[in-house]
Amino acid sequence: MGAVFAAMLRREMALAWRGRTEVLLALSFFVVVVCLFPFGIGPEANQLRSIAPGVVWVTALLASLLALPRLFEHDLRDGTLEQLLLSPEPAVLWVLAKVAVHWLVSGVPVALFAPLLAGLYDLQPDVLPLLAGTLLLGSPTLTLIGAIGAALTLGVRSGAVLLALLVLPLAVPVLIFGAGAVEAALGGVSYAAHLALLGAGMLAAVALAPWACVAALRLAVQ
Amino acid sequence: MLEASALTCIKGDRILFRGLTHVFRPGVLTRVAGPNGVGKTSLLRLLCGLAQPDEGEVRWQGAPLRGQTDVWHRAVFFHGHLPAVHELLSPRENLRSLAAVQGLPHDAAAIDAALGELGLARQRDLPVRVLSAGQRRRVALARLILAQERPVWILDEPFTALDAAAVASLARRIAARVRDGATVVLTTHQDVEFACSCETLEPGRFAPRRKAA
Repeated sequence: MGAVFAAMLRREMALAWRGRTEVLLALSFFVVVVCLFPFGIGPEANQLRSIAPGVVWVTALLASLLALPRLFEHDLRDGTLEQLLLSPEPAVLWVLAKVAVHWLVSGVPVALFAPLLAGLYDLQPDVLPLLAGTLLLGSPTLTLIGAIGAALTLGVRSGAVLLALLVLPLAVPVLIFGAGAVEAALGGVSYAAHLALLGAGMLAAVALAPWACVAALRLAVQ
Repeated sequence: MLEASALTCIKGDRILFRGLTHVFRPGVLTRVAGPNGVGKTSLLRLLCGLAQPDEGEVRWQGAPLRGQTDVWHRAVFFHGHLPAVHELLSPRENLRSLAAVQGLPHDAAAIDAALGELGLARQRDLPVRVLSAGQRRRVALARLILAQERPVWILDEPFTALDAAAVASLARRIAARVRDGATVVLTTHQDVEFACSCETLEPGRFAPRRKAA
């Protein structure tokens, strides 16, 4: 069982490294879009500070969508997917490995870059770790929900747009609690409940999403 | 023993075959034959459980595939017409990851031996991207050597893009495996002779007759 997860993790890491330009694309998108807002809104510091958590979170959500359509697409086209589905071990193992690597190369860099960009929004330095923390806690949920969408829209024409329409409404709770935690901290109130809900959402997604993914992938190869 | 019992396969609004029943005996090579579009690949996918039949069921050792997928997946080896080889990985990496996921031997010695047998010893660390079409097929076929011990082989067009010598050697390997008591089901459009007991299954014979207008 561990061998399946480890083998897939190793394969996906090698692929992520060799296709690293694609990884950089999502991160660059995040950086550019976050930088655009202050230009459009103007240099009013109070206004920027109040929109900062929302802007960073929405942009992180959109950036996470960019690479999602390719999560299973290549495996479907070259026949790897049907071979993976013939594994004697539970398919959730390799699905989890794929999703974990996807999160590592898309979610984590965004979370680490977000505090660096917060200077543009005049955010106090003491909420920056919290901003990165909420993104780290929330982005696995986004990736897992997105993976279900990617599996459902596999092989569908204009699947990328459909994927966005499917996934974005489901991401709303994560967005509310993620951005809400930072806003609460800015307002000087406790944000523990927000973090607890983000964490609970992540655990539920880890437990349930891979099964949904596998079911959708089996349909895709039919 | 692998059995197909009253299988029906519908693609779109067309019935490819209905009531297809066949026993795939160990030690016999079954050649699924017929022109393009009669449902050869569809039948193979039903047999290995990648697709579900619209009616009927596939049984392995007397029990339906559903409910014993782990046992069945340990018994079957499927070679699809898609190679399942990633261009950015080397032949070694391709084999290692898929073999590990499928529960096949995946230690370095086994993988290098399999690649060596298919004449890819020198290319084993190059990215597959720089290999020729035939060499890519060979990478996929190297998995067949790793799956040497599996009792059921289901092979969809295994001879595509191979040169004459490779076709002959693969045919010998398949025949030897059948003589050892394996169940082999394959499709091919090439004229290949197998030195083992063979039978032919034509899914087209199970196609419903067109109704007279």
